[in-house]
Amino acid sequence: MCSLALFPAPLACGQTTLCESNNELLSGTATDHRLKQDSSPLSLYFPRESLKLHCRTESSSKAAFLDHSETLWMRSAAAWRDGGLTGLLNEITNSNTEVPKWLSVSSGFTLALLRWFSSFHGSLFPHLTMSSENMLAEFSQVLNWSDCVVRAFAWHPHADKFAVALLDDSIKIYNPKSATTPTLKHRLQRSVAAVQWKPMCASALAVACQNCLLVWHVDPCSLSTRPSSGCAQVLSNPGHSPVTSIAWSPSGSLLVSASPMDTAMMVWDVASESCVPLQRVGGGGVTFLSWSPDSSHVLASTPSALFRVWETRTWTCERWPCVKGRCQSGCWSPDGSRLLFTVQGEMVIYVLTFGDTPAGVPTCTSKGPQAAAVVADLSETTFNTADGDIIVGGEIHSLSWDPTGERLAVLLEGDPQAADRPAIIAVFKTRTNPIFELLPCGFVQGEPGAEPRMMQFHPNFQHGALLTVCWSSGRITHVPFYFLGAGVPHFGLSGSPSLPRPQERPADFANQSLFTELIS
Amino acid sequence: MYIIITYCLFQVVCWRAVASIAWAVLLLLPITAVFVILSRFSLLHPIQTFSGQSLYAGSQLVVTGCFFCVSSVIPTIACSKIALLGQLLHPRQFVNSLAHCIMGIIVAWCCAVTLGGRYETIGYPCTQGDGTDSSPQMCLNEYHLILLLAGAFVGFSHSLLAVISNINYVSFHTVQQYKYLRFKGSLPFVVKCSAAQALYSVRNYIVVYFFLGYIPKAWICKTLNLHLNSSVHPLDSIAGLLDLSLLYHQWISASFLLFTWNITLLLFRIFVTEVYSFPVQSSFTEDAHQCLPKVLTDKQPMILKFLALQDVALLSQHSPSRRCEVFSLSQPGGHPHNWNAISKECLSLLADLTQRLVAYHDTVATNGRAKSLSTGSERKTSSETSCMFPRPTLLLRTPASVFARFVVGTPHSPLTAPFTPDLDSPFASPALRRLTAPLDQCSPWFGTVQSPHIMRRAPKLWSTSTGERRLMEDVRSLGSNGHLKQNNFILNCPIQVKHFLAKRVLIMYLFNKLPEASSQALFADSQAHIWALEGLSYLVQASFSEDQFGVIQTTLPSILGCMLILQEAVDRHFKLPHASSKPVRSASGMGDSTYKTLRFALRATLKTAIYRITTTFGNHLNAVQMSAEHRKRLQQFLEYKE
Repeated sequence: MCSLALFPAPLACGQTTLCESNNELLSGTATDHRLKQDSSPLSLYFPRESLKLHCRTESSSKAAFLDHSETLWMRSAAAWRDGGLTGLLNEITNSNTEVPKWLSVSSGFTLALLRWFSSFHGSLFPHLTMSSENMLAEFSQVLNWSDCVVRAFAWHPHADKFAVALLDDSIKIYNPKSATTPTLKHRLQRSVAAVQWKPMCASALAVACQNCLLVWHVDPCSLSTRPSSGCAQVLSNPGHSPVTSIAWSPSGSLLVSASPMDTAMMVWDVASESCVPLQRVGGGGVTFLSWSPDSSHVLASTPSALFRVWETRTWTCERWPCVKGRCQSGCWSPDGSRLLFTVQGEMVIYVLTFGDTPAGVPTCTSKGPQAAAVVADLSETTFNTADGDIIVGGEIHSLSWDPTGERLAVLLEGDPQAADRPAIIAVFKTRTNPIFELLPCGFVQGEPGAEPRMMQFHPNFQHGALLTVCWSSGRITHVPFYFLGAGVPHFGLSGSPSLPRPQERPADFANQSLFTELIS
Repeated sequence: MYIIITYCLFQVVCWRAVASIAWAVLLLLPITAVFVILSRFSLLHPIQTFSGQSLYAGSQLVVTGCFFCVSSVIPTIACSKIALLGQLLHPRQFVNSLAHCIMGIIVAWCCAVTLGGRYETIGYPCTQGDGTDSSPQMCLNEYHLILLLAGAFVGFSHSLLAVISNINYVSFHTVQQYKYLRFKGSLPFVVKCSAAQALYSVRNYIVVYFFLGYIPKAWICKTLNLHLNSSVHPLDSIAGLLDLSLLYHQWISASFLLFTWNITLLLFRIFVTEVYSFPVQSSFTEDAHQCLPKVLTDKQPMILKFLALQDVALLSQHSPSRRCEVFSLSQPGGHPHNWNAISKECLSLLADLTQRLVAYHDTVATNGRAKSLSTGSERKTSSETSCMFPRPTLLLRTPASVFARFVVGTPHSPLTAPFTPDLDSPFASPALRRLTAPLDQCSPWFGTVQSPHIMRRAPKLWSTSTGERRLMEDVRSLGSNGHLKQNNFILNCPIQVKHFLAKRVLIMYLFNKLPEASSQALFADSQAHIWALEGLSYLVQASFSEDQFGVIQTTLPSILGCMLILQEAVDRHFKLPHASSKPVRSASGMGDSTYKTLRFALRATLKTAIYRITTTFGNHLNAVQMSAEHRKRLQQFLEYKE
């Protein structure tokens, strides 16, 4: 079992993590760091003041116009169009002076009955009573989503470019090789919860919005900075909103989307804009999706204490009930054989092992895992630093595993009220071959006052792993981890900025109790 | 021998159809129970014996039989209104409609008997007159009649809608699910769509009955020697038709009728499109004809070919052991027969699509405008052009049925034949006939379709301006030469006729080509190409680590070349007007409209397939032999700029 007590202490105030080299995390002062980072084209800074926010919602424009009376018919028709059956009943009940008494009374009665029924339904699944903004914030992989300047981030799986969704509902695409940064805006692109590039494609970007899914086709050779909304395909299905999570299949052929309001998970054939709903009883919605890199499994977590692992050949699923809370986040090992996941309310990371595993490991069968094993305990640990005690640990918000399978980044939630409990990223060294092992690496910290909000590993970084972190200040930084992968041979590293060395097994941790599959 | 061989495999498909019918008949029992409950509004009422149960089953069998005869994995696309009209007036369609009508009447009769009460019999004893000279007579029960006729009307409108919305098209799903789950998933949609369709049908029926209801009433009275009871209010009046209970019973009977048919259709689709796993190779020679390479390359019914291609696409993605068999060498001799057969078939499919696209693009680009080269042939062509209905050239027949007919494709391009709509229809669009013509092997210019001059020999599109203009020029040249002046009038005649016709709105409406229809027709069988692309690209990707003997490497240049040429042709096609416009999404009805978006799916799959190969092989592709133009294009893919 790996615990936070084995980690090196967090940095003192004013120090930021720069990179990992020679098996240790190097740090520098914030000013050095900023000077160095500002020179590189991929480090971005979005100050909150620079963004023009929506100051009003669509429906509140009514107040700007004079009130004028329409006939009951017109109002009823408008209420039916805007609010459906509930709106119509509400309208009839409210205008009780104009309609017969029996109609207003009966509609009021029906309305009360409907409300009672929906509250009963809501008591079974409490998340259904939330507004869609709150729901997005609750289930997003971004920490404190509603207050975050950078709401979503995605590296392109093959090319060196990334997309950033901002608080003002625009998406910018950055490519170090080109001078233009296209800005994507669309009428329906509101409250972006996630973005993801289509694999095996240069141009398609899927965006999870409040009411629909958008798939942008951004021509990489185009010089236009504002692609028209005609470049976007709108994929929507009644009842399937807000969309909180999307995942492309690694082969690029299918897209799955999830909404906490919809019990069905949608599998989209994007080119023909058709979808197949996959529905199972229980759960009350789908919140988070993750497709394994070998495209054989999909993790789908629900708002209740239950998650499913779908097998993608015939689309059948295994149910995994949790004891305590819902599955908050999960990530797959690069070969798709292991799934790490975290549960809300617990401070540990679990592992599930799929497929054929090396012989001699008794916990796994060929059919699939029987139970999840705990691999890391991240309960609160106090570190003594120069600035006083810092408590690190607690619930885990999201997990990210680098594509080589050597580093695992864990975003810890912390406590926003307490100053000595910051949100922090803990990085583990991992190896999956011949047995699964987890070793401590260190904490990644930013400038003083900036908390990590989300993180993602670069999909094909040549010299190890590159962790991109979006901070609460609106800054996006990249932390490289230089190492030589165990599995993949690397040649021609002479151009790397700091000379990486082969990864050594740290001698000082050798006699401590680390997690391995054999001793757990 | 050959017939027996294909018969063995064909049995698979037949058994699936039989199984789907069996399930549909089994499901009749609960459906009828629901119908009885809904029609009585009373849960406590004891359910009567279903005398009509066997009749229901019989009607279902006939209707599904009708459907199987016309079902096809390739949609029929009408390119103009007149072609659609032609399909509707086709004799086969007439027989189909008649069968639907009769089955509708039978089911409606069963419904009437089940409903009981006032609907039960067609005649009832009544006393006619003022009571003084009353004599017992048999009178017509109009409630019974209106229900029977409603059944006939619903059956007829269903068969017409089936043609318009291409209900006979069986599409394959991208997501493979178990049959039960697929059925369960689509059941609510079928219920909703049957109820809605029944509602519209009943509405239309009421209008028709209001105006024309007296005709069948009088006819029935005359033939069955029944009398009209004058004391009962007639039903073909506003007051008679606004009987809520009658409306409800009509609607519920129509819903029941449509639901049983639609559920059969759904089951048939699910059963037929289920994945069938062909063995890649067999150790016994007598089983060799059932193996994947043999099934792919031989002449097969369309459905088997599609199943085989689907299996190729799935095995290349999901099963390493079967991939291994594809990459293996034959035991004596060491030839990669399996891979050769699969790759050859897939590549010929893709090459065929490329050829088709190039031919289409050339005809559209020239659009009948001739670069005057040889005046002799020119005149001949132009006289042909002004024909509104070109002479039927050598045409390939469409295999309209999954079952009955076997493909008569050429050995080089086995899939080209069936992409055309029904050409034996007298009103088939000229444009489509022309499209099929280049694919005919018998034609002298087979394989050299790229030349626009030769293309012109085929019958042309009917266009309002070009042909006429050319004819005028011809006439002028003839006149100036002083010959055949007296023929001027005769030559002008067709022009004037055409002018006259062109001014008529209805004619224009009927003959104008529907936008994007020709593009849809071009990609009608593209599901096969999509599978071929997926299968090839996944196999090539897997070969990077799994191919021990280097079997793939020899074909890699041709695969890449074929895909790049196709990519170019598809790109050019999408630059044509209407090709890239999205079809209006209409999710209503049981008709499957996925064929409308197949071209977009093909474009996306093609790009993904090329990227799959380039991302796997990366810079190793620089060692592959190919032309400079292709290398340039491939470089775009390698740099992710496509």
